Amino acid sequence: MISLTHLLALSGILFVIGLIGTITRRNIIMILLSLEIILNGVNIAFVAFSYALGNLTGQIIVFFVMIVAAVEVTVGLAIAVVLVQQMGQTNADELKLLKW
Amino acid sequence: MVEHQEIARAAAAHTVAPAGWLAWTILFLPLAAFLAITFLTRKSKLLSTSLAIGSMAIGLAATGTLLLHLLRAGEHAAYQYTVNWITLPGLAVEFGLLINPLSVLMSLVVTGVGLMIFLYSIGYMADDAAYSRYFAYLSLFAFSMLGIVLANNFVTLFMSWELVGASSYLLIGFWYDKPAAADAGKKAFLVNRIADFGFLAGILMLWSIAGNQLDPKTLNLIELEQRMPGLIAQWGVNLFSPLSIAALLIFCGAVGKSAQFPLHVWLPDAMQGPTPVSALMHAATMVAAGVYMICRVFFLFGEVPGALEIIAVIGGFTSIFAASMALVENDIKRILAYSTLSQLGTMVMALGLGGYTAGMYHLSTHAFFKALLFLGAGCVIHAMHSNNIWHMGGLKKAMPVTTALFFIGSLALAGIWPLSGFWSKDEILALAFGKCKILWTVGTVTAGMTAYYMGRVLCVVFLGEQRDHHAHPHEVPPVMYMPLIVLAIFSVVGGFIGIPSLLHHAKGVHVEFNKLVALISSAAAAGGLLLAFKVYGKQPQEDPFAVRFKGLTRLLTSKYYIDDIYGWLNTNIQQRTALVSAWVERNVIMSFLVNGTAKITGLSGSLLTKFQTGKVQAYALSLVAGIGILIYVGWRCIP
Amino acid sequence: MTQNIFYLLAALSIAGALGVILARNPVYAVLSLVATMFAISGIFLLLHAYFVAAIQILVYAGAVLVLFLFVVMLLDMAPETMFRMKINTLKIGGALFSLFLLWEILTAAGFFTIPSANDNSSQGTTAAVGKLLFTRYALPFELASILLLVGIIGAIVLAKKKL
Repeated sequence: MISLTHLLALSGILFVIGLIGTITRRNIIMILLSLEIILNGVNIAFVAFSYALGNLTGQIIVFFVMIVAAVEVTVGLAIAVVLVQQMGQTNADELKLLKW
Repeated sequence: MVEHQEIARAAAAHTVAPAGWLAWTILFLPLAAFLAITFLTRKSKLLSTSLAIGSMAIGLAATGTLLLHLLRAGEHAAYQYTVNWITLPGLAVEFGLLINPLSVLMSLVVTGVGLMIFLYSIGYMADDAAYSRYFAYLSLFAFSMLGIVLANNFVTLFMSWELVGASSYLLIGFWYDKPAAADAGKKAFLVNRIADFGFLAGILMLWSIAGNQLDPKTLNLIELEQRMPGLIAQWGVNLFSPLSIAALLIFCGAVGKSAQFPLHVWLPDAMQGPTPVSALMHAATMVAAGVYMICRVFFLFGEVPGALEIIAVIGGFTSIFAASMALVENDIKRILAYSTLSQLGTMVMALGLGGYTAGMYHLSTHAFFKALLFLGAGCVIHAMHSNNIWHMGGLKKAMPVTTALFFIGSLALAGIWPLSGFWSKDEILALAFGKCKILWTVGTVTAGMTAYYMGRVLCVVFLGEQRDHHAHPHEVPPVMYMPLIVLAIFSVVGGFIGIPSLLHHAKGVHVEFNKLVALISSAAAAGGLLLAFKVYGKQPQEDPFAVRFKGLTRLLTSKYYIDDIYGWLNTNIQQRTALVSAWVERNVIMSFLVNGTAKITGLSGSLLTKFQTGKVQAYALSLVAGIGILIYVGWRCIP
Repeated sequence: MTQNIFYLLAALSIAGALGVILARNPVYAVLSLVATMFAISGIFLLLHAYFVAAIQILVYAGAVLVLFLFVVMLLDMAPETMFRMKINTLKIGGALFSLFLLWEILTAAGFFTIPSANDNSSQGTTAAVGKLLFTRYALPFELASILLLVGIIGAIVLAKKKL
């Protein structure tokens, strides 16, 4: 029997690890990978609640999260490819197009 | 959209109103002439002249038609022609004309005297390079002046009033390459601006108190006149009631335009313009605009005794004050200018004493003989190429016609029976005799002084022998002296053509002919003339008065140092205030308020820019920090 | 027993996640993430979410991470010099606030003491989940397919220089 608290703690730890990666890594590919960790952390929380409450809806949401993650990765990686083609690098520090 | 509207008054009820185009023609023909000369016929002297003179002649004819109509309709007739101009909720301004005996009389003076002066200008300005421009300006002036005369509301009146100021500026500074003329133009304009500020304030004040719950606010003269009893009941007539203050502020405008003390300083300098201009504007018509305006709104002034007293005192003081300066002046035009000041003072004094008819009567006769005198002086200047009377002398041999005409004008101005000046001045003095002995004394002394300085001019300029033997004076061409003859005829018979009877319906005091007053004033005038002939009759080479009374002469020739006082005020008070204001503006308003705001904005902007790094991860950090803090606050701080 | 397997898988997934964010070489990072995915998939199995566990392996480990590997190798990226760059406010702030958030999450997790229902109703079999997906969640399912289509088209538009 796995307690909900343990599952949520694992979920939170993974989430924060992903968050730290997202904020601190410089390479865009690494940022995208860290985002996947965040999403997986959240998925664990959904499944944990689904398990605890005896309700399948949580798992359905996980299914949709995965679809969104797949799309996000597809587009994100395409952007990374374009960045390499246009600017020759994927370093987030050097990308200041958002600053006017 | 022209609305023809007849003021339904008992006497005029059975007559048909004269056609509106007649009145509009009087006003707008000169404007049309101005525009046509400026844009079309500038190159042709003949066309420009005929346009200007034609417009005046037609205006005179139209005025005459209106006068005949009014005479038939009876003395209470008044007609209004209006065009709606600005129509807003709570503000209806119209552009309109009011034809009544007063405006027709004044219009007659303006177009009549104006026509004579226009004709005279053909000769006087014949050799001027800017001949067409001169006639264009004269036409513009005529339009503006007729606007004042005919306006039926304060907005139209004020607009024309300012136009008169502008055209006066243009004409005084007509020879703008002469620095003195350009400066005189500016001086006249600025002094008039000061006065007009008061005028405008008065109009606005009157407007603000003119309405009540039932009637919307108005500046229409007729409506204001009808509302006067209600306004008096509402506001009272003591010196500090809004009515009195509005009247005094409106009088401010007249002080400027009619050159009353203390804003008289522009008029002597305005003699820098061409002499016919001086005759038309600064003697006969424009300076009379102030007096006329007081008459036009006499329904207001006549009801506020406190304000009237102040007006009378200012008029009386100006009259004797200006006459004293004329005693020692050596420039023939400036003598006449001071005389104009003095006579205007007399008119204003008459109005202040309630003598609406007397003031207007003197205004009309004065227009004739002062225009005559100025044009005569113009002939002399034309012949001698000098303004200084001590360069002239003995002109009666070379210029007999001018001499005779100038004598008529001088005697009329001095008030010698039976010339027109005698009758109108006598009416004022009789009025003063009945109301205020002090002002009557002032008036009588002024009459004596007037006779004295005119006698001085006559002796020095026309009698005796020629002083400057290099000059070759000759009689002026007929185009110049013919108008003078017409003016001279009116100066002679002006007392008998019934000008007062035209105005007798109006409010104000009517006086009967007073033999004692007439006798005393005639004695003063005759005494002044005799004294002048005694002093100046022996062909002196320089002014015996100046030799005898050196200190007094210096005081008078420096114009009581009023110009110097104004100059001192200007450099020391106004300039320094301006410096302080400039400092405040630069250091407080600009650096602190304006630039300070900009600096604070810039500073906060540059602070906020630190957060806008353009790095996605920095934004992600802000997001995380925000969520963390929000959760913490929501969890710990909200019970 | 289940408890011990959970601890093992949890430790594995955390280690894998740390490996992702600490690895200098992107290839190693992707491979660590594959390990994490497998561990998480195992946890899903422990929670009776069989279908989700399966697609976790299929979609994540099989498709998404392989795509990552493709791109990493295509772009031939040099290892990131992570620990040699200077520590700046972004790093410190990111770490601090993330740990702050972690503390909040862990504290919050302590409050959830719902007893597990532990009956067959929460058995996430393919049949059960599939039934829900095609009945109650049919519309979101279709929308998700549109989203995928848009993503595919977007990726092509972005990556192709000329169409």
